[in-house]
Amino acid sequence: MSSVLDWEATPNPVKENRAGNIGKAVDRYEGPLKVTGTAPYAYEVEPPSPPAYGVMVSAEIAAGRITAIDTTAAEASPGVRLVWTHLNVPPQGPRPERYDFFTPSPRPALQSDRIYFFGQQVAIVIADTLENANAAAAKVAVTYEADAPMAIFHDHLDEGVQPPGEQDTEIGDFAAGFAAAPVTIDDVWRTPLQNHCQMEPCATTAWWDGDHLTVNTSVQMVRFAQNSLAETLMIPAKQVRLLTKYIGGGFGGKGSFYEDLVLAALASRELAQPVKIAFTRQQMMHGTVHRPATVQHVRLGATPEGRLTAMSIMTVTHCDSRGNFTEHASNFARSLYAAPNRLTGHRLVRMDLPVASAMRAPGEASGTLSLEVAMDELAEKLGIDPMELRILNEPDVDPETGKPFSIRQLVRCMREGAQMFGWGRRNLVPGQVRDGRWQIGVGMAAAIRGNMLLPAKCSFSVDAHGVITVRQGMTDIGTGTYTVLAQIAAETLGVPLGDVRVEIGDSELPPAPGSGGQFGAATAGSAALDAGMNLRKAITEIAVADSASPLFGGPSQDITFQDGVIAIANRSERLADLIRRNRPDGLTADGEIRPAADARNWSQHTYGAHFVEVGVDTVTGEVRTRRMLGVFAAGRILNWKTARSQLTGGMIWGVGSALTEGNSVDPRYGSLINQDLAGYLVPVQADIGEIDAIMLDEVDDKANPMGIKGVGELGISGAGAAVANAIYNACGVRVRDYPITPDKLLAAIMAR
Amino acid sequence: MRPFTYERAASVEAAVKSAAQTPNAKFIAGGTNLLDLMKLEIETPAHLIDVGRLPIAGIEDTADGGLRIGAMATNSHVAADVRVRSRYPVLTQAIVAGGSGQLRNKATTGGNLLQRTRCAYFYDTSKPCNKRQPGSGCGALEGLNRNSAIFGASHACIATHPSDMAVALTALDATVETLSPSGQARSFSILELHRLPGETPDVETHLIPGELITAIVLPPPPAGGQVYRKVRDRASYAAGLASVAVAGGNLALGSVAHKPWRAEKAEAALALGSSPVEAIAAELAEATHSSRNGFKIDLLRRLVPVAVAQANGGEA
Repeated sequence: MSSVLDWEATPNPVKENRAGNIGKAVDRYEGPLKVTGTAPYAYEVEPPSPPAYGVMVSAEIAAGRITAIDTTAAEASPGVRLVWTHLNVPPQGPRPERYDFFTPSPRPALQSDRIYFFGQQVAIVIADTLENANAAAAKVAVTYEADAPMAIFHDHLDEGVQPPGEQDTEIGDFAAGFAAAPVTIDDVWRTPLQNHCQMEPCATTAWWDGDHLTVNTSVQMVRFAQNSLAETLMIPAKQVRLLTKYIGGGFGGKGSFYEDLVLAALASRELAQPVKIAFTRQQMMHGTVHRPATVQHVRLGATPEGRLTAMSIMTVTHCDSRGNFTEHASNFARSLYAAPNRLTGHRLVRMDLPVASAMRAPGEASGTLSLEVAMDELAEKLGIDPMELRILNEPDVDPETGKPFSIRQLVRCMREGAQMFGWGRRNLVPGQVRDGRWQIGVGMAAAIRGNMLLPAKCSFSVDAHGVITVRQGMTDIGTGTYTVLAQIAAETLGVPLGDVRVEIGDSELPPAPGSGGQFGAATAGSAALDAGMNLRKAITEIAVADSASPLFGGPSQDITFQDGVIAIANRSERLADLIRRNRPDGLTADGEIRPAADARNWSQHTYGAHFVEVGVDTVTGEVRTRRMLGVFAAGRILNWKTARSQLTGGMIWGVGSALTEGNSVDPRYGSLINQDLAGYLVPVQADIGEIDAIMLDEVDDKANPMGIKGVGELGISGAGAAVANAIYNACGVRVRDYPITPDKLLAAIMAR
Repeated sequence: MRPFTYERAASVEAAVKSAAQTPNAKFIAGGTNLLDLMKLEIETPAHLIDVGRLPIAGIEDTADGGLRIGAMATNSHVAADVRVRSRYPVLTQAIVAGGSGQLRNKATTGGNLLQRTRCAYFYDTSKPCNKRQPGSGCGALEGLNRNSAIFGASHACIATHPSDMAVALTALDATVETLSPSGQARSFSILELHRLPGETPDVETHLIPGELITAIVLPPPPAGGQVYRKVRDRASYAAGLASVAVAGGNLALGSVAHKPWRAEKAEAALALGSSPVEAIAAELAEATHSSRNGFKIDLLRRLVPVAVAQANGGEA
């Protein structure tokens, strides 16, 4: 196994960046297809013969069982090919006791008469047209015996249990440290249930060729979904080809997959015809997954000089009645600030609610909304600038593990951001700045998000035209994967970007774990770099052994790859010429990446600082963001444009978390009130004034051979807290129950 | 969506005639609300009569110095009209506060008035709703009713009318012109268009079945300033939490009742010399609220005086 020290010591083309492809603001590889509407998303893929269309029927109770399900009218409806319920769906692999994102296991559909949550799928209707399927689905009559759902999270906070396999983390003696602290903060923050609201709902187009299945679907993890689907269908994985070429947003919500995939595969086998099934927007809200609500108890103790002596976040959160997903809202705090006495942990309440799972920056997105506001409150109590308070408590080593940081530029993010934003010009006293009807305030918060590297493979080919093709079972969920892989290939093989092809989103390609946890670019890209290096080696061997090549005889170690030309000293030829002569059918090399054996000897994170200016209309309680700046340190940046888009996208989501986003449970029904994008409010263009994300020069040589890290989840971390802090600076009021909507803010303003 | 038949009406007369003769027929213009409701099977017309291309989309001056706005004039067209902008700025402000640019490009004046509530229980067909399914009950009454009515609600329904444009038209004393299925034209005050829910919240207007709105007539603008202020969770494409249209001494409130709410008590108090604070207090004295929408009362208490001041030249 490799060591991070080897990565650090070994030069490579990405680090050297001679052609300058790395870091450049390269346009999206698949951008023209997407903006012209010609990128076929899963539901739009043309199957080999005309498809049938499926529509799912969803449960209208949250707990209980189906006592009768009458499909007679639906079956008699025009164009209907089949109707399945739990009574007649074909056999599938059994659902495991527990499941996670990384261990493939069956996900059977329509399994029993039990209803575990509102919106659970209870039937599928397949018909010749979507319209006929819709009309028939409305005729499926389901009779339920409903139990009263356990659906009011805030009534069951005391019933939270330790998440499986976890325990609280205590360093020092928190209780004593907190009791002895001369200055303290002790408050509770609430964050709501949130939905992913990807633009593309979950959808599948499936067909069979003999006993081989092809599915086009929308998932973040190719190999995981392929294997899990095979286990569900009880067939060998090699009989399943899973394609997911274009994905309209994932955000964690497509980390697993849902009934569209399983039922399309089963129905298309039954009918011997391709089948398409998509979730409706309404079904997405209940029938997939969501970020669960949290209640976070934050306690901080400090000296009058501003040194933290005690720090605790205890989070209570919820998951579905059969689940074990935990929103780890306390974890990030373990590495953020120094304090000798520390206590963090989680409690999990199982409820009759839809399935909780990962959503962009699971943990940090919720957790920073409490601690990063608590720090602002503490700073005010101490009379210290909130940024300086954070800097005062900057740790030298990881405050819980004692491990050195691989690199930590949090203070530089804050200092440079403060300079660019004009932080020093703010008014320390809340409610002093006005612009027309708006009271103006500014706020800041820190951002932190861990970094990961997972095993992955990749292959690179060169053809007789000198065109490089990258092949990898990776996904691009809108992040820029296609583009950064092309950049790595161009830089590694010294070819123009236009001479690179990228093929991803196919289970027949070398496996990569997919997109999630902001590990995608580092993981997929490191495997790509290795494949590129191996292809260079193979090309070199051919060149120096080819008497017809000017490079004949070497020395191999002097070879350069530039502008599609390979050269040793002043002897050169076009890469295409060498390949055409020696390998007219092309040449392929494989590569892979594995986490280093010693990777865990360092505490490794990405960091940032958010600065926000808001206007608060204190008459109405409305808040509008006017200016946002994020400064981030996340290793070497592969593509300035796609990285910046991910970061600003996260920041905007932070604005939504602070101000508008959340779904409420109607406890009588155990259902969510907002079921479309007119009710579930994400920020729109008009909600975001000026916004910018700056990425500091950084290389984290301990992260992977390229020294890059992920940015997909960093941008949201802390962004909402900065908005909340700016609201306080604008009007002197704190609302600790997110989102900070006009009704809540108005009540607080009036109570002041 | 249920199967339906479709025709494009050749004339206003043909449209109302077809509506009278065809069971379960509905007019469709921009379709920005109706199509969504049909997809969810909240609306299940058997026949659609497309009136969207009828030649009643113009805006013309009236003899008395007002404007006649054709029912098929799009929201974007009306909001951008220079006469509307200069003489009825409250109407332009209200229209652009509603929907999104794309919706306003399609939505028509007549259709905007007849759009249906945004109450979540109306949209969720698994829930009781007397408006969607008479007799099934009201899900909002004991539910998540943050956006429900504070004026004129009944135990059968606490939904609000979602139009911003209608609130401005109400403050402007607009008149509605229609053609009935019998071929008879009539005109009446916009105050008489919408109904309070009472026992029949499914019946939302006083239009007779098959009657088509053909135009909205604005009288000359009232003396005094105008403004539309809408409070909402996000800056665009969000239903109002509450809104107010001020046109001279006229006041109308939005997102507070089953219809655009003309604040007659507040107007009367203002006319008698009360301060705007006192005036809106007089109106709000009769407001009632459910579990989660009481904030609307506080909100209007604060918003209306500011809006009145703004209409009278105060700071925006």
